[in-house]
Formats: sequence, C-alpha cells, structure tokens
Amino acid sequence: MFSNRLNKFTKSVALAAMIGTGLSTAALGQTAEEKGFEIAARSDRSDTGFESSEVNAIMTLTNSAGRTSTRELYFKTLERENEDVGDKSLTVFETPRDVQGTALLSHAKILEADDQWLYLPALKRVKRISSANKSGPFVGSEFAFEDFTSTELNKYEYTYVGEDTFDGMTVDVVERTPRYENSGYVRQVSLIDQDVFQVRKIDFYDRKNSLLKTLTLSEYREYEGGVWRAHLLTMENHQTGKSTSIEYGDYAFKTGLADNDFVKGVLRRIR
Amino acid sequence: MASMPAMGGDFDVGATVGTELRTFFEDATLPGQFDTFQPSLQLEGDVRWQSDSGAWDLVLVPYARIDGQDNRRTHFDMREAFLRWSGDEWTVRAGLAKVFWGVAESRHLVDIINQYDTVEDIDEEDKLGQPMFEVSTIQNWGQLTGYVMPVFRKRTFVGRDGRLRFNGIVDNDLARFGEGDERSADVDFALRYSHFIGDWDVGLSFFHGASREPRLLTSNRPDILAPFYDDITQFGVDLQYTKDAWLWKFESIVRETPFETFAAAVGGFEYSFYGITESGADLGVLMEYQYDGRSEDFFEAAPTIADNDLFVGARLAMNDSQDTDFLGGIVTDLDDGSMSGLVEASTRIGDFWVVELESRFFVNVDNQNLLSVFRNDSNVTLRVTRYF
Repeated sequence: MFSNRLNKFTKSVALAAMIGTGLSTAALGQTAEEKGFEIAARSDRSDTGFESSEVNAIMTLTNSAGRTSTRELYFKTLERENEDVGDKSLTVFETPRDVQGTALLSHAKILEADDQWLYLPALKRVKRISSANKSGPFVGSEFAFEDFTSTELNKYEYTYVGEDTFDGMTVDVVERTPRYENSGYVRQVSLIDQDVFQVRKIDFYDRKNSLLKTLTLSEYREYEGGVWRAHLLTMENHQTGKSTSIEYGDYAFKTGLADNDFVKGVLRRIR
Repeated sequence: MASMPAMGGDFDVGATVGTELRTFFEDATLPGQFDTFQPSLQLEGDVRWQSDSGAWDLVLVPYARIDGQDNRRTHFDMREAFLRWSGDEWTVRAGLAKVFWGVAESRHLVDIINQYDTVEDIDEEDKLGQPMFEVSTIQNWGQLTGYVMPVFRKRTFVGRDGRLRFNGIVDNDLARFGEGDERSADVDFALRYSHFIGDWDVGLSFFHGASREPRLLTSNRPDILAPFYDDITQFGVDLQYTKDAWLWKFESIVRETPFETFAAAVGGFEYSFYGITESGADLGVLMEYQYDGRSEDFFEAAPTIADNDLFVGARLAMNDSQDTDFLGGIVTDLDDGSMSGLVEASTRIGDFWVVELESRFFVNVDNQNLLSVFRNDSNVTLRVTRYF
C-alpha cells in the first residue's frame, strides 16, 4: 500500500518535471491524464466500426534455447460499439492436432470479470471457466490471457508521458495502468504513432515494477473504412529470454456474425 | 430447409494411432483372467466435410481397439457419423453422435444420451456413438435441444480374460428390455435446456426410454450375467456458479424405474491457485460429494458405488508449450472407507505425439463394497499417441 502511494508520488513528481521542461504539450490546460486518455481513445476509436471480424493466425513459441513450436488458430470477434461493454470473441485452435477444435469463448466486460467458456472437443464438453486468471500464460505462450482479453479502452487509466521516436516515427508515449482486478502488471508504457494513431510498442512492467515483456506490433495495413490492423505481434519476455510471435492472415470484416454466433451452444458445432 | 449443395466445400481428414500398455500390480483373482500385462492398439479416423456456405457438414469418426488380452476389448465403433444442417437459430443433425451434459467432475449424473464403452475404461469417459435425430434452437432465452433415439446401444463389458470385471461374464445376447418387445428397445426421447445468467450456468434435462445402466441378472448358465435395461423417466438439473477462482457445481437427477423413484446428486467445488510457479502453472483443488438414493437390491436397481462418497482431487496445469498436466483424485466411501483413486499425467512431444500415464488404484476396499471385485485390479497405463 505504502510503496504504491510512494510510486504514484514519485511518478507525479517526474511528470511535473517533464511538463516543466516543456517536453509535453499538456500545458494547454489539459492534464497528463486527460491527454493520455485522449491519445489512447483516438487510437482505439480509429479501429472501430468493423462490426465483426474473422482472421487466421500462426503463433510461434520460441524458448530460450531458440527451439520453436507453432500453433494455428483463428479468431472471430463481434464488436460492441458501446465502450461500456466489451467485445465478444471466439478463439479456436487448429493445431497441434491433439488440441484441434479446442475453443475459448469470451464475453469481455470492462471492470467485472469476463464470462468465459472452454470447449473440449474430445469429450464434447463445454466448461464455464474462471476468468480470474488474467496473468497466466495463454497456451504456454509469452502472451498472458489479459494481453488478449483486456484491450478495451476503459479497462485502463492513462497518463501522457511525452514524445519520442520509434522506428522512424514520431510517437506519443502513454502510460496505462489496469483498472481491473488480478492484473499481472503494475503499468504498461505504450508508443502510439502520431500519423495513423496505432500502437507500435508496449512495455509491460510486472507487479514488482520491473520490465517483464515488450510487445512490438508491426506490419500494419489499412482496411476499408479506415480500420487498421497489425499483422505481426512479437512478445519478448526479458526475464526468461522466451518469445512468442503471432502472424495474422488477411482480416475479413463485417462477416455477418451476430450475438448468436457467440453463445456457448455454438461451441459444440466446432468439432 | 435448403437443398443439399453439390459436392465441393472443405474436406479435412485426420487419424490417430495409440499404443497402450496396461500393467496390473497384482495377480488376477477370477478364473480366466490374465495376470500382468495388457498391450493394445487404438485407431481412430476423422473425416470432416463442410459445404462452401458452412450450412452443411458431415462428420465420420470410426474407432477401433485391438487388445492383446481380452477379445471383448477388441472392438469397433462409429463414435460419430452424422450429417448436420446449421442455420442462424436452428441446427438439425441425424446420425451417430456424442453428447455431453453436466458440470461435475467426479460423476456424470445428468449425462444420459450415450452408452458407456466400459471395455475402454471404467471411468465413464468413453462413449459409444448414439444413433439420433437431434433438433436444436439457440434463442436469446437459451438453447433448447430435442432428441429422438431410434436405436439402443448396449453397454460393453470385458470378457472372461479381462481384468476389472464382475464375478460373472455379461452376455449381451441375453439383454432384455423393460420397454418395447423385451428383446429390443423402443424409441427413446430426451429434451435439454441450457443457458447462462450472469455467473450462473443452468441446465435442465428430461429423458424417457431405456436406462443406459443395466441391472445384471443371473442367467440359467452359471457365471453368465444377463443385462436388463429398465424403462425409465428421468429429470435432471445441473448448475454451476463461477465467481473469481471458484467454480461451484451441482447436478441432481430424479429417476423413475418400474421398482422405485429415487434421487441422486453430486455437488462441490473447484478452486484454482493461479501462477503458483514462476512459469505460471495453475493448481486446482476439487472436492465433490456424491449421493445416490437408489435401492441396494441388485434385482431392483443397477448397482452404483457413488451412494455416499466423497471425492477429493487436484489438477496441476503447467501451462507450458507442451500442455503438460497432472490430475489426481480419491473417492472415499463414507460408509465403509473403501477408496478408489486415479493419477493421470499428460504431455505433448513435438507437434504430433502425446504421452499419457494413467494409474487407477483400489485401497482399503471393504469386503461388502461393490469395489471388492476390483480389489486386485490396481493398474497403470502408459499410452503413446501419434496424431496424423
């Protein structure tokens, strides 16, 4: 408790110093929190209006010795425009063969626990599972469950930190802290470019506030309607030397998916 | 309904081959049984076709086991063989299928559609394909599914050579039924409603037809048992409450047979400790109480061991790239202290191989307990499966 407060205190001192040196444009009557939220919201909202999406992906896990294993999966997402409710999503594994058809259905919430069901095709069994496990590894990868399920704007509080350059782009540096329970992170530092407002990199700090992982988002493409998507995500774990990349295929948007495609009853049709 | 589309669409063909060695720790007690090693081979095919529109799909899953010791365990079954049409709100399928109902881990009480393939294992996880016509609708008030089952599947039983059997040998040719014309079953019906409301998942079920659990009656030949499948009506309810790391589970049935109407229930919890290691392993602890009010007279009711028993178990998921996990549990009879337990471990090697170790053991078994016929049948199974 005390150290948390101390953290907050030192952080605000640091921010005040930055604002003082003119590193920030937040001096225009806007707090760092307001500006941070504004940048994050502009980035988040630039991707909305897709209604639904479907995409295939290949996940490659690399251990510290450089040995790799892959899994193929697909994602279906139903967008819910209201920022006070989360999206619905379905993740289905196609390889390795022994887990083919295993699926995770998630109804994301903002601050309450998500509703999640797991489908086990060998038994034809649908299991409601606890979503309290935010920080656990997703199928042995360097991605935690929350890295997938906690992408909603209002799941975080934001603070504008300053400007930087990354990969030849001018980027805004925005720090976000999870508002939901059971997060494995004390904070995340994201870089959002100033040109098309996409997240390019996120540093994840664990509960001890040491750098745990870095996510790099690249190969962005713009789809019809101004919807941007990264096609390569690479998560590097600095503490274990392991990494996981996810390579996405072409997205299909507005595919006609509806609420009925995201109920536990449809899981039995998968395999 | 739409007309059948021309062939085209997506085909997916797969197969698995499993090699298994089951080893019994103690010598057999019943005449004819083998003593120690039981090698066998499992073969499963998997053919799927889906129409371009996605509305039609066809599934074929043939299964065979070839056993080195027990010729009754050598058998073939179509686990699945159905054609399905799926619309936005309605799904219709016809053929052989597998269905799972319920939430509990230690006993599958409401789950009644499929017959168990008990020559595979006595854990009631292996099921025979059930011929059915199924109509299901998903609405905003939940999912409602109706089943018409025109053909009955008799339970499989190990042969004279096999371990984990009763004192007698069950002869399926002697099977009789309380419905239909005694020699064959009539049509069975079932209805299932399933939904979730916030943190609650709710299932209600109804079944009328031939019980999947036979009474085993003596025949006019010594040591040969004749299965009798009573005509039953059963109502079931299953509930799960999911909150934080807790899963609270409850299942109950009321079954009417020609002899009695009784209730049975299983309920308990699963609590998970997440991230217990640096690498993010999860440990789940489980406890479930089992109650069954059926008659203890073998002439009136199929016997059950789960009448007043407590299950305690643990599940360790390593969450590594090989999906390594461990499961262990013990069921204790609260009347006489008889115990049966299991330990299972599983991991993937490379992309196509899975290695599993399963041990089942019986300890402190009371002479009067049903388990007493298994008292020397503690065993361990090593299974290596190749996926194609």
